[in-house]
Amino acid sequence: MGDTIAAIATPPGLGGIAVIRVSGPEAETIAGRIFRPKGAISRLRSHTLHAGTIVSPSTGEIVDEVLAVIMRKPRSYTGEDVLEIHCHGGYVVPRAVLEAVLQAGARPAEAGEFTRRAFLNDRMDLSQAEAVGELITAATSEGARLALSHLGGAVGARIAAAEERLMDLLARLEASLDFGEDEGIPAREGIADRIQEEVRLLNDLADTYRTGRLYRQGAGVVIMGRTNVGKSSLLNRLLGETRAIVTPLPGTTRDFIEEAVDVVGLPVRLTDTAGIRPTDDMIEQAGIDLVWERVGKADAVILLFDGSEPITAEDRDIAERLAGKKVLYVINKSDLAPAFAEKDLPLAHADATPLRVSAKTGEGMETLKEALYRLLTASEKGEGEHDGCVLTVLRHRLAVEKAVFHLCQASGAAVAGAYPELIAEDLRDALDALGEISGRTVNDAVLDRIFAHFCIGK
Amino acid sequence: MSSGFDIIVVGGGHAGCEAALAAARMGCETLLFNINLDSIALMSCNPAIGGLAKGQLVKEVDALGGEMGRIADRTAVHFRLLNASKGPAVQSSRVQCDKQLYRLAMKATLEREPRLRLRQSLVDSLVVEDGRVRGVVDELGIFYGARAVIITTGTFLNGLIHIGTTRVPAGRAGETASVRLADCLRSLGFEMGRMKTGTPPRLRASTIDFSRLERQDSDPHPRPFSFTTQRLREERLPSYFSYTTSETHEIMRANIGESALYSGRIRGVSARYCPSLEDKVMRFTDKDRHPVVLEHEGLETEEIYAKGLGNSLPPHLQERIVHSVPGLEEAQIMRFAYAIEYDFVQPTQLRPTLETKLVQGLYLAGQINGTSGYEEAAAQGLWAGINAACAVSGRPPFLLTRADAYMAVMVDDLITRGVDEPYRMFTSRAEYRLILREDNALFRLAGMGHELGLIDAETAALVKERQRRIWAVIGRLSNARLYPVGEINDLLAGMGTAPLKTPSSLFQILKREGLSYDDLRPLPGWEPVEDEEVKRQVEIEAKYEGYIKRQREAVEKLRDQEGKRIPPDLDYDTVAGLSNELRMKLKRVRPETVAQAGRIPGMTGAALTAVLIAIKRLERAPVSTAPPDETCID
Repeated sequence: MGDTIAAIATPPGLGGIAVIRVSGPEAETIAGRIFRPKGAISRLRSHTLHAGTIVSPSTGEIVDEVLAVIMRKPRSYTGEDVLEIHCHGGYVVPRAVLEAVLQAGARPAEAGEFTRRAFLNDRMDLSQAEAVGELITAATSEGARLALSHLGGAVGARIAAAEERLMDLLARLEASLDFGEDEGIPAREGIADRIQEEVRLLNDLADTYRTGRLYRQGAGVVIMGRTNVGKSSLLNRLLGETRAIVTPLPGTTRDFIEEAVDVVGLPVRLTDTAGIRPTDDMIEQAGIDLVWERVGKADAVILLFDGSEPITAEDRDIAERLAGKKVLYVINKSDLAPAFAEKDLPLAHADATPLRVSAKTGEGMETLKEALYRLLTASEKGEGEHDGCVLTVLRHRLAVEKAVFHLCQASGAAVAGAYPELIAEDLRDALDALGEISGRTVNDAVLDRIFAHFCIGK
Repeated sequence: MSSGFDIIVVGGGHAGCEAALAAARMGCETLLFNINLDSIALMSCNPAIGGLAKGQLVKEVDALGGEMGRIADRTAVHFRLLNASKGPAVQSSRVQCDKQLYRLAMKATLEREPRLRLRQSLVDSLVVEDGRVRGVVDELGIFYGARAVIITTGTFLNGLIHIGTTRVPAGRAGETASVRLADCLRSLGFEMGRMKTGTPPRLRASTIDFSRLERQDSDPHPRPFSFTTQRLREERLPSYFSYTTSETHEIMRANIGESALYSGRIRGVSARYCPSLEDKVMRFTDKDRHPVVLEHEGLETEEIYAKGLGNSLPPHLQERIVHSVPGLEEAQIMRFAYAIEYDFVQPTQLRPTLETKLVQGLYLAGQINGTSGYEEAAAQGLWAGINAACAVSGRPPFLLTRADAYMAVMVDDLITRGVDEPYRMFTSRAEYRLILREDNALFRLAGMGHELGLIDAETAALVKERQRRIWAVIGRLSNARLYPVGEINDLLAGMGTAPLKTPSSLFQILKREGLSYDDLRPLPGWEPVEDEEVKRQVEIEAKYEGYIKRQREAVEKLRDQEGKRIPPDLDYDTVAGLSNELRMKLKRVRPETVAQAGRIPGMTGAALTAVLIAIKRLERAPVSTAPPDETCID
């Protein structure tokens, strides 16, 4: 497998302790770069916890006080050298520790990658291996779809535009290299300036990761709907555990239940609310008023319908009042026979696409998260200086920074008058880095571009 | 005749000649067929060898004992180093040869080879039994037995020439097409496609007004292709530049319907990098002129190759087009331009040895695999010839990786990605192009050539010794430390280069733009190096330092995957987690290694892991007895 991967191994949220797992040949080197054990220890003993601090390789600042353990191969979960860092929980600290690990040379793990490595290194028996197959299926189909859909938004547009311009520059250079004897290919004119302009734009984009409000504070999302459409069940399903009390009795949820969920790398505070219904109970009415107050402050609303029952006047009332909000329309109970068509749904947003899910079976949960992510990160007027174009996924930011690094080298080489094939090399590396986000590969695209733009040949 | 040969090569073009020579030189009794022995190694199009990325291929062929570079050197009348102003990795040699001398020299070389027989005949069919090739049958009905057959038929399979509305079945102007062999390949079950190429008109030199044209002379001090070349010919022939005019373009636009290409009569796919004049005028309307280069076809002929005027118009329009070009107003056309369509075999049906997956012992090389160019053909011919010889003599296959040679990049592209237009080599196709250079072809390949028996021991030893000296000099330069003191900085200033701010090595100083090895002479620690070649390699290593290191690291990273073989019986239908599209591609290509699978267009990291897991299951690896230390959430 070759490279070293890292991820937060504990579920996202507000737990007291989080574990960052690192696996691969560089695990121990990375420990050396960021972990400062208490006391003078020349080499960490395998399978032994050591207290110490994590230091950011970029700033030199202390990130957290932690316990760290090295498990040298082959006696580790993956069969490779594994480093585990036990740090404080929550959102900010584990991410900061992960970031330090990544800066020190690891790359973010894909879903299920630790398990896959364990399997490939013979660290699993056959029954466990069967489960791996399913895991891979899920990771590939879901992962590929997700990777593409994330780019539907403003970030995707900006990355794609940068790729376009860099690809043009590269095509120009490559055309001059592969068809150098043909006339009229001004390869190097102004190339340094154009690269520097891309550096500026991409740096701005990378910076949005830190300043993004959604990233800093997490997004507030309210699940609402009339009583008994399955709001609590949905929350539970998204959390993967039973937290809210679920009963078939309407009005079970009186207080707010707020839980943190990781939605494609975005921290989201999900609020389950009391069902909305006309009521004479003053206390219940007060609760319902509070729900609307919550909705006012939320970044988005998941409006839930019961797909097994006809649409009611209450459904319509609620939908109407949400006209000014970002709303994700979700029809629950897809495991039961549908009682109405999607087109009959009362939508306050004409262009919205309702989703069908089943909180009971879990069907559609990934699609829901993805749609929620897109809704939250979608461009919106009034978002401030970023126009809603904010990097929220750490992996994306690292890729953009890598692209910037290679572009700086390219422009340096161009200014110094280096050979054009070396500038091309750096441009390719920069495009490869952006390709980690967009999934685009360089080679064929460049040749296509050359043939489209330049009249070349004998 | 039936008792047979080790290897039969069908077609004596640039691929066939290298294939036959390599096979015979590796000890195989070899028979080479050509329809006409006077057209062996004929340059059907441009009278030139080499060019960008192609020069690298020629050097590689030479470093593995092939013939193209040597004969190009012996018959060249015009030499150019292309991209001379750019870095060494993208510099390429190109020569123009005397077309007839080239053909005769190659024929003479073939004739001198004791284990090689030549036969003028047209091969009609292959004899295949139990999925294995047994031999061929020619037009006279004679059976020739062989343990391996290499088909190198170029544009001859179902060749069809177009000039305006006129269509003539032919493999090349004036030569018969190979129709029955194409049918035979189809009936064996090969997936075939159709491609189109073309050649410009040939003009009579004495009717051209060269005085009005820009002249380009040969480079004064050319470097030969072959390490064996001691001396080059004395005679040189210049080239001339002209341009099409607005009149040319008007004639074309007004009559485009008469072009074979634009009237829908051609269904073969043409190459985007080699557009016909029709394409240039119709597609690039913003350009008001296109270059025309006039090249001599030889010392003893008046024929001039009019590069840039390729078209498939009827003769009367070809005359008008030619006469609309400055300098060519009175030019006589000796041979009309034409387009030619031909069958090719989709190369994803080949193994990395260029053996077909369908028929054991059958190899395909050259244009039949959807490529274009003499150099691409020669490299494949050599590759197929070596591998057929290895197979026949029970030796392991000869396989190079994309980090070893351009020819491996080409073969891997062909068999992994297939082709949808004629495939030409470009430097941008080679991800490790900084280490795949003309200047180091011998260092990369001569040792392997020697192991194959195609390079003599003396050359191999010489190359090895030179390599040792190169690294010794690099080591010495890297250890020679210079400090940022006044004395050193004065010396540097004298050399016209920036002063030091931190300690540095001589090697790092050599890295600077514009400094050569000998420029470092004033600095302490410098020692003279006699061997120009050693000096040049040291300079290149220095200029590319950092970048070369990155490429070598990338190569190292892939080495595991290159070595990881995929069992041939892996059932992709049972591999979990593959999209239908990838599943289809994997079933079609049947990659032999994990690295090759990774290069299939559209392949993802996760899908590759799915394949790895499937392999692991197939291997039924003994399960580790130690239980995992813990469970994991990821």
